[in-house]
Amino acid sequence: MSPQSRRPAYLLRRLGSQWHALLLLTVVWVLLWGDLSWANVIAGAVIAGAVVTMFPLPAIDMRGTVRPWRTVVLAARFVSDLFVASFEVAWKAVRPGPTPHGAIVAVRLRNPEDAYLTITAVMSSLVPGSLVVEARRSTGVVYLHVLDIDASGGAEAVRRDTLALEERVLRAFASDAVLSRCGLAPGRGEDA
Amino acid sequence: MTHVDPGVWTTVADTVAAVCLLAGAFLTLGAGLGLVRFPSLLARMHTVTKPQVLGLILLLTALALRVRSWSAVAMLVLVVAFQLVTSPVAAHMVGRAGFRTGKVDPDDLRPNEFGEPD
Repeated sequence: MSPQSRRPAYLLRRLGSQWHALLLLTVVWVLLWGDLSWANVIAGAVIAGAVVTMFPLPAIDMRGTVRPWRTVVLAARFVSDLFVASFEVAWKAVRPGPTPHGAIVAVRLRNPEDAYLTITAVMSSLVPGSLVVEARRSTGVVYLHVLDIDASGGAEAVRRDTLALEERVLRAFASDAVLSRCGLAPGRGEDA
Repeated sequence: MTHVDPGVWTTVADTVAAVCLLAGAFLTLGAGLGLVRFPSLLARMHTVTKPQVLGLILLLTALALRVRSWSAVAMLVLVVAFQLVTSPVAAHMVGRAGFRTGKVDPDDLRPNEFGEPD
């Protein structure tokens, strides 16, 4: 910690720039107590302030927008995929017979920026039959382990599904500039 | 003891809760069986991220429908949110550690595109 980081003005600026984190931590605190009262909100805000100042994290570089409809599309598709994927994996575990045959597929994402790479990677671990084994920040390549490569339709199908997931993430959260750089015309989408 | 008509919405909520409980129990059973039956570390991690997460979500949904108290629901929402955020990360860390330390037999993976030139 550098000497200037202890100055009150710096701390105040840091609190101001991290108001998202403050708000989120306060909400979590209130939810933990399960009771919306002034005492809880104030205590939560004080603790959130202490956490943000004592355990500083770098700000997330995410200059995007939130498109409400695209976010709904992303969330709805995520929930339905979660159901399908969960029952598939559970059935493969419960059914008699040989266990499925796995594979590792490399997928190069269109946009290797940290925030979008992370969202896509976390969601792809949860939804299609895949699991992120490695991710390369520099090249934007994620290596996915596929539980049942034959049922997933081969490596090309896995790549296509993951890129479609990334497209939904980008359409929900990325700026127009990023969208056009990734070859996705803003506003329109084939799988809405 | 007097008979109290539970009302149609209470009946609906109870029925949905029962369905969620059964589905969640099946998924959790599948996750447990997968952990035992699947042959490799990476395959086992799949059961941690998918059926286990949705199974927990369904069980907690059923709980919320039965308990019907906002403070309990708030807590359950928090559990679900943390589960969704942490379980892929946990599975990724375990999978990556196993992969890097040679606990995964590369011959089991076909195709194995890891380490191929881009």
